[in-house]
This record gives sequence, C-alpha cells and structure tokens, in this order.
Amino acid sequence: MAHDAHTGMVERRGAGLWLTHLGLIIGVAFIFFPIWLAFVASTVTQPEIVRPPMPLWPGDQFYENYSKALTSGINAPVARMLLNSAIMAFGISLGKIAISLLSAFAIVYFRFPGRHVFFWLIFLTLMLPVEVRIVPTYEVAANFGMLNSYSGLIFPLIASATATFLFRQFFMTVPDELAEAARVDGARPMRFFVDILLPMSRTNIAALFVILFIYGWNQYLWPLLITTDPSMNTIVMGIKQMFPSGDDTADWPVIMATSILAMIPPVVVVIGMQKLFIRGLVDSEK
Amino acid sequence: MATVSLESLKKSYGKTEVIHGVDIEISDGEFIVIVGPSGCGKSTLLRMVAGLEGVSEGEIRIDGQRVNEKEPMDRDIAMVFQNYALYPHMSVEQNMAYGLKIAKMPKAEINARVAEAAELLQLEPYLKRRPRQLSGGQRQRVAMGRAIVRRPSVFLFDEPLSNLDAKLRVQMRLEIKNLQRELGVTALYVTHDQVEAMTLADRMIVMNEGVADQIGAPLEVYANPQTEFVAGFIGSPPTNFIEAEILGAPAGTKIGIRPEHVAIAPVGQGRTTGLVLYAEPLGAETLIHLTIAGGNAVTVRQDGAVAIPSEGEQVGLSWREDDEMRFDASGRRL
Ligand SMILES: Nc1ncnc2c1ncn2[C@@H]1O[C@H](COP(=O)(O)OP(=O)(O)OP(=O)(O)O)[C@@H](O)[C@H]1O
Ligand SMILES: [Mg+2]
Repeated sequence: MAHDAHTGMVERRGAGLWLTHLGLIIGVAFIFFPIWLAFVASTVTQPEIVRPPMPLWPGDQFYENYSKALTSGINAPVARMLLNSAIMAFGISLGKIAISLLSAFAIVYFRFPGRHVFFWLIFLTLMLPVEVRIVPTYEVAANFGMLNSYSGLIFPLIASATATFLFRQFFMTVPDELAEAARVDGARPMRFFVDILLPMSRTNIAALFVILFIYGWNQYLWPLLITTDPSMNTIVMGIKQMFPSGDDTADWPVIMATSILAMIPPVVVVIGMQKLFIRGLVDSEK
Repeated sequence: MATVSLESLKKSYGKTEVIHGVDIEISDGEFIVIVGPSGCGKSTLLRMVAGLEGVSEGEIRIDGQRVNEKEPMDRDIAMVFQNYALYPHMSVEQNMAYGLKIAKMPKAEINARVAEAAELLQLEPYLKRRPRQLSGGQRQRVAMGRAIVRRPSVFLFDEPLSNLDAKLRVQMRLEIKNLQRELGVTALYVTHDQVEAMTLADRMIVMNEGVADQIGAPLEVYANPQTEFVAGFIGSPPTNFIEAEILGAPAGTKIGIRPEHVAIAPVGQGRTTGLVLYAEPLGAETLIHLTIAGGNAVTVRQDGAVAIPSEGEQVGLSWREDDEMRFDASGRRL
C-alpha cells in the first residue's frame, strides 16, 4: 500500500473513503433538513401545510408567497425589515470596528495619563452585555429621543470591548521597529495608522466584520425594546411578531418565506468574506 | 552630508542613567562605528541621534544645528534597523518610496530615485515583490534602499547585519562600506562585532557601560587601548592580563600583552614561565593556551610553522617591554 500522506493527515482509500463521505452526507442532511422543510413550506399554500402528511417537495407557490412576504408581510413588509436589519448590522459592525481600531491604537501607541484606567474601563464593559445594562441603556436612549430610530438601534450596541481587546492584542504583536521606521520616514501617527496599521490588520478586520455582522443581524431583545413602529422592525424580531396571538391563524407559508429571506444576508456575508479570509491566510504577512 | 556633534550626551530611564556623557565631533562623510558588549548603550546612543529617544542631558547637533527637539523626519537622517522593519504589505518599490511620498515629492522624481537606488543595490528584479518573498540579504538591501532614496545627511545603522549568515555578512559589510564611500554620507553604525567595527570604521567608539571608553581609528585603538576594557574587548583572542606583582611591578596594577606579542622560549628564559594546557593549530597560526604563576591564563599566538610545545610542558614566555600595556587598579592606562 502506498503511504504518501505527506500532509500529516490520514489518507483513506476505497471503502473507508466512501464511509467517511456517507457519514458526512448524513450529518449535512440532518442539519439541513429543517431548513429544507422551511423552504418547502414557503412554496406551498396554507391548507397544504396544515393537512398531514407534511409536503416534502416544493410546491408552486414560490413566487406568490415570497412576493407577498416582501411587499406586504404581516405587520410590515419583509423588504423593509430586511433593510432595517441590514442598516443595523452594517452600522453596528462598521461602527464597532472603527471605534475599536481607534481606541486600540490609542491604548497601544500613546502614553497618556490614565491610559491603564481607560483600558480597564473598556475591559470592564466586556462583563456587561446588553442584557445586563438594558434598563439604563433604554432610559438613556429614550431620553435622547432615539426610540424608533436607526441611531437607537445602532449606537447602544456599538460600545463594547471585545473588538478593542482583539485589536489591542494584534497591535501589540506589530514590531515597534515598524512604527519607528514609519516615524523616520516622516509618517505622523494618523498616517502610520492609515498607511501601515490598517492594511496590516485587514484580515482581522474581515474576520471581525463577519462575526459582528451576524451579531448585529441576530439582535433580538434590543430591537424589540427600542422599536414600536412596525416600519422600524428588524427581521429577526419581525418573525416572532408574525406569530399570531389568540385565535388568528398563522400564515405559515409567508412566515417561512420570511425565515428563509432572513437567513440569506448572513450567509452571503460569510461566503463573500470567506474569500477575503482565505486570501488573507494564504497571503499571510508578517 | 553633514557633521554630527554629540556634547556630553546623557540618557536616563527614570532614575537609572544608562549613558553617562558621550562627546564626539564627527566630520562630514566619516564612518563611525559604535562597538561594545550587549547592554552598554549603543542602541540608545544611536536612537538619541535618530530622535527616537529623548535626550536627558547634553546636545546633539547635525550640521551645527541643535536637533534635540526635532522629530526624526526633520533631522535629515535615515535609519536601517536590525530586523529591517520593512512594511510587510507594501512592495519593495513602495517600501522605498514611502518616505518620499509622505514628503510630497513629485511622482517622476520618486520613480527616478527608486530606480536609481534599485540599480545601485541590484534590486531591479524584485521591485514588485513583497518583503516576505525576499531572502534575508535582499531584505537588508531594501532597507538600505529605503535609507538611500531619502538622500539623508546621516545614515544610522543598528546592527544591520546581525540576522545574516556569516558569509553574507562579509559581503554586505563590503557593500555598505562601498556604498557609504560612493555616496559620501556621514554614517553611524552600531555593532557588537569587533571585526565589523575594525573593517568598517574610520573611527570607532568603544562603549563600556554607558561610557565611551575610547574613540579613535581602529588600528590606533587596537595598538594603543586607553583602558583595560578596550584592550580586552578589541582583539581576538583577547589581550592577556597578568597581575603586575608577579613580574615585579607595583601591586594592584596589571600588565596587558597581546597574544601575538608573546613568544615561547626555553624554560628559564623570558619574563616568566608557564604550563602548556593545550594548543589550537589553526593552520596559518597556532594558539597556545597556558597558565602562569598566580593562575593567570595566557594565550600565545604564533606562526603555524613554529614548533608547538606539548601539553603539560613548562616553557618560558618572552615579550618586548615596548609591547606591554600597563593599567592601574581602576583599569586606566598608565
Ligand atoms: N526603555 C528602557 N527603560 C529602561 N532601561 C532601558 C530601556 N531601554 C534600554 N534600557 C537599558 O539601557 C541600557 C542600554 O541599552 P541598549 O539597548 O542601548 O544596549 P545595546 O548596547 O544596544 O545592547 P545590545 O547589543 O544588546 O543591543 C541597558 O542596560 C538597558 O537595560
Ligand atoms: Mg542594541
């Protein structure tokens, strides 16, 4: 038998290979099945869903259900909610990245009085997620008149330390000589930040963007509190609000179509950024 | 192209003073090497000239102008770092051009200068590459290129060759020397390698614990060391030190004698006797290690053709009185 496994991984052949794949396929099918059911449910009519057995293959109502969801929805059009969610997720991830890059830059590269105090203050917020400080935060947002607004959705969630911490750790691995070389080359601090530090952090930024986008997209509790106007609803909370209260019948095909639509943007972001990730990894500088 | 003067330059970190007052006048186009053991303050001294470290006391003048308060970029210097400090995400070309771009130099001029430096350093085939796609020697050249394109008045080097292998080090040493001659730029060069110091320097500063023990031309420093430290540090194998008492001189003082100045003589002749421990025949020359009375170790360097005494043998050691260097108890030359 030829043992040419030069990657250090065990190379399987013949039956072993097929068994491994079979295992993987079953695993994928298992995870994917509920999503498939949701998709099927979004393409059939309401009576077809309620009548057993449940359909397993897509019906012919795809266009009707999806256009109904997008344009009118149940409380608010899904297109509107998608837009709200997108604005919120982009706002949170870009805002967080910008703020944390700058604060990490300040903490690592400048000696100012109270540097350590500020660092620990930022660090402290790590222990205070939105849920813990939700009442005072709501109070503040309400006083600033940020209810039912994008700024109310975005700003309170921007302030957090995770990203600052991450960039601080990364900046500390950048050799001091690089900053000194830039200084000799005549780069003022902000120039160094923009020309050297930012490009060197771009894989970190991409990774963080993916994580934060999904974090922002999946926010549930905060948008639920801060928005009362259906036109400001985000998609994740919107789905829950589509569920009927009392005796109303649920419009399951539309709800399922909404769920499928809600899944698409995070998937697109992950897949889109994955390319950048991998390019960053292959291209790894330092 | 400029003169550099350091005037009683001192540096303290908090309460600890690490540079205790260095004075030197460097003339235009001179190549000065700062040499000394690890931790003696070489880098600190260089970084003060660069403007990367503040000056605690004293004055630095470049071309007669006080620069203590000036930013590095306004001092008209360029620096080559030990780990090259190339910008990893920029191509070789961009690395070299970065400083000029910041100085808002016209594009055509930047391109001309980069092309010129690339030609001088044989970097033309690599201009589009990233630093990590280059060998150590090529990176070193890019770092040099980045310094050259700025046409500074003073070059500063902090152990630029210490990451290269021995052979490349010799080659780059020559290149640096030639380049500096060709461009006629004043240079300050830090190293802990005395061979580098001896071969490169017009004058060298031998540093010892934050003090410039001696400043002078390499051969002058070698022939005429002013302190026990310098005599021991410059030269390989190092100077032999013998308690003067053994030789009948005043107690407490020491006599230094270079290995090549000592010769093996028959027992009973010469200044003293020694016991041969072992010999290292190196071909062209032989190093013979001995101990003499009082336990002092002595090394003799003799021509490879001269007979080698056997181990355990008692031999006489002779040298000329003129070659002796006498040091007082504090290590000063008498
Ligand atoms: N930021 C600092 N704070 C306190 N002491 C420092 C600092 N930087 C350097 N020193 C001290 O100053 C002295 C000189 O350091 P320096 O880096 O100049 O040595 P060096 O001669 O360049 O040594 P090497 O050959 O190892 O590079 C050392 O004793 C070091 O401990
Ligand atoms: Mg050093």
